[in-house]
Amino acid sequence: MSTLLRLATAGSVDDGKSTLVGRLLHDSKSVMSDQLEKIASPSDLALLTDGLRAEREQGITIDVAYRYFATPRRRFVLADTPGHVQYTRNMVTGASTAELVVLVVDARRGVTEQTRRHAAVAGLLRVPSLVLAVNKMDLVGWSEEVFAAIADDLDYPGEVTAIPISALTGDNVVTPSEHMDWYAGPTVLEFLETAETGEDLTALPARLPVQYVIKTRGRRAYAGQLTGGILHVGERVVVQPGGRTTTVAGIDVLGEPVTMAWAPQSIAVRLADDLDVSRGALISPAATAPGTTRELRATVCHLHEKALTVGEKVLVKHTTRTVHAVVEHIGTGGPLGVNDIGDVVVRTAADLAVDDYAESRITGACLLIDPGDGATRSAGMISVG
Amino acid sequence: MTTTTHLEALEAEAAHIMRETAGEFDRPVLLFSGGKDSIVMLHVAAKAFAPAPVPFPLLHVDTGHNFPEVIEFRDRVTAGLRLEVASVQDYIDRGALPDVPERNGLQTTPLLDAIEAGGHDAVFGGGRRDEEKARAKERVFSLRDEFGGWDPRRQRPELWNLYNGRHNPGEHVRVFPLSNWTELDVWQYIAAEDIALPSIYYAHERAVFDRRGMWLCPGAWGGHGERLVRRTVRYRTVGDMSCTGAVESAARTPGEVIEEIAASRITERGATRADDRLAEAAMEDRKREGYF
Repeated sequence: MSTLLRLATAGSVDDGKSTLVGRLLHDSKSVMSDQLEKIASPSDLALLTDGLRAEREQGITIDVAYRYFATPRRRFVLADTPGHVQYTRNMVTGASTAELVVLVVDARRGVTEQTRRHAAVAGLLRVPSLVLAVNKMDLVGWSEEVFAAIADDLDYPGEVTAIPISALTGDNVVTPSEHMDWYAGPTVLEFLETAETGEDLTALPARLPVQYVIKTRGRRAYAGQLTGGILHVGERVVVQPGGRTTTVAGIDVLGEPVTMAWAPQSIAVRLADDLDVSRGALISPAATAPGTTRELRATVCHLHEKALTVGEKVLVKHTTRTVHAVVEHIGTGGPLGVNDIGDVVVRTAADLAVDDYAESRITGACLLIDPGDGATRSAGMISVG
Repeated sequence: MTTTTHLEALEAEAAHIMRETAGEFDRPVLLFSGGKDSIVMLHVAAKAFAPAPVPFPLLHVDTGHNFPEVIEFRDRVTAGLRLEVASVQDYIDRGALPDVPERNGLQTTPLLDAIEAGGHDAVFGGGRRDEEKARAKERVFSLRDEFGGWDPRRQRPELWNLYNGRHNPGEHVRVFPLSNWTELDVWQYIAAEDIALPSIYYAHERAVFDRRGMWLCPGAWGGHGERLVRRTVRYRTVGDMSCTGAVESAARTPGEVIEEIAASRITERGATRADDRLAEAAMEDRKREGYF
C-alpha cells in the first residue's frame, strides 16, 4: 500500500512554479480531461493551476489551492501557494501541514532575497525537508557550474536537496534529463516518491488531545487523534490540565479494539479510573507528559488585516482546547500587521499543556482568534523553556 | 509495523474532522444523497463514534427525480438513523418553486430552509477538492453567511489541523471531511472496507438516450421523442436523474471500477508527449465523465 506525502510549493512569480506544478500533474497523469483541453503547448502548463474567475476578475488571490496526484508508490497532497501578494500568510498556511517544500528558483537569477524569505518561512514552520528546484536550466546552457553555485547558496535548518530542472521542457521533473549527464541524482518526482521526510510522528512522546467523549451504557471513551507517539494498553498516563494519573484500560482504533495505537491514528481510549475528562484535555504517558503554562510564549505569523496589539484580548486555540487570553508582550513592542512575524507572550485564563514547536508541529502550534468576529488572526509556534 | 497507509491517513483525518465538528457545534447534520461520497462519510462517522450511534442526523434533499435504486438504498441503510428529508417536489406542488425539467438548481432553497428549520450550525458535505477549481481552494471548515453564501475573501486561513468553527448567529459552517480524498481514494476505500453502494454504480443494462453526448434514462425530462438504445452502463455520480449521465462500462465490482479508473490513467500515461494523443484522451475522458 502507498503512503501519503503532504508537500507545499513556493517560489517567486516568474520562477516557473506554476509550470512545474502543471508539469508534475500533467506528467504524472493526474489531470482531468477538461483541464487537458487547455494545454496546446508546454508553455500552457501553468494554466492547469489557473485561479478562480473571481480571482481574475477582482485581481485578488484566494490563497492556497490544493492539488492531488498519485504514483503507485505514494499519494501526494500538494499545497500550491501563490508567490506574490501575501506570500507569508499563504506560505505559512501551506507549509503548516507540509512534510516537504519545493522551492523554485530561476537559474538565471539564482537565490534571491525572496527565495531566502520563503526558505526562512519554511524553516520557521519546521518543514523537515526542502527541495531547491533550480529551474530554467535550458536558459543557462544546462550549466553544471551555474547549478552548483546556486545549490551552495541556500541555508536551511532541515535537509536540502537541489535538483536542476526545466519545467518547460520537462527535464528532471518526471523524466530524467538528456541534457545534464553531469547530474546523477533523482528527478523531482523520484525524490518526492522516495523522500524520507525525517518526520516520524511515532518517535515523538505520545499525545492524545481529547476531541469528544463517547458515552455508552455508563462507559466513557475519550476520542482523539494521536498527534505523536505510540500508546499501549496498560500504560500509565496523566490527564492535563489537572495532572491526575491513571492507566489506559482499552484502546479502539475507529471501533476496532487493539493493544497499541500510534500517530496519526484516530482512536478512543478508556481509562481505568473515573476521572473528569472532557474535550480539551490532553492524555500523555506519565513519564513524558508536557508541562503546563499560563504564560504562553510563541513566534507568531500575523495573518489578518487587523493588527495585533499589546493588551488585546484574544482566544488561544491549542489542539482541542480554546481559552481566553490577553496579549501581554510583543517583541518588537509595536503592533503586528498582516504578514508580520514576531515573538509574543500571551497570558491565558487557564492552563495549557504545551510542547515546544520544535518538538511537535501539532501540540506546539496554536491560533490566536478574535473573540468578536471569530476571525483567525495569528498562527503561533510555541516556545517552551 | 507502526506505519500508516494513505487510506488509513485519510480515514484518520476524516474522523478527526468529524469529531472536531461534533465537539465544537451544537447541531451538526450530515448531507446524505445516497451517493458514494456521502455513503463513505456515513461509514467513517459510524466508525468515529463507535460503539455509540452517530451523534447527528442525516439530511437528504430529494429532488423528486431520484433513481429508485438510490431511494431504496437510502431507506435501507438509514433505517434506525435519524433522517430528515427536504422535498423539492413539495415546494413545486405548493408553487414555491417552478416545475422545470432539470431540478439540480432547485435544491438550494429546500436545503437552506432545512438547515434553518433544524437549527443546524454545521453541515457535513461530501465535496472533495480534486473535483474542480473552486473546490481546490475550499476550506475544510467553510464559513457560510445567513444566505448560505460563500465569500472567498471571508474564508479563514486554515493551518495545521486547527479548524476554526467560530460563527455568528444565523451563519453556519460547511464541513468537508473528505476534502483531501480523490475519486480513486474513495473507490479504494469502498473496496477495502467492503462498503455497499446503490446498484447503479456498477455495470448494468439500461435503456438510455443520447443528449448532448451523455446517456440519460427517460423520464419527465425527455427520452420520449428520442431514440432509446440499450447499453451496458454504470453511473460515476448519482444525482438528479434529469441531468446525471451514465458512462459505458463493464465494471461490476469495486475492484473492476478501480481498474477502470486506473486503466484510463495508463492510457494517458502512454501518451508521453504527443498533444494529439492527449487531446484524444481528453475527448475520451469527457465522454466517460458524462455530464461534466
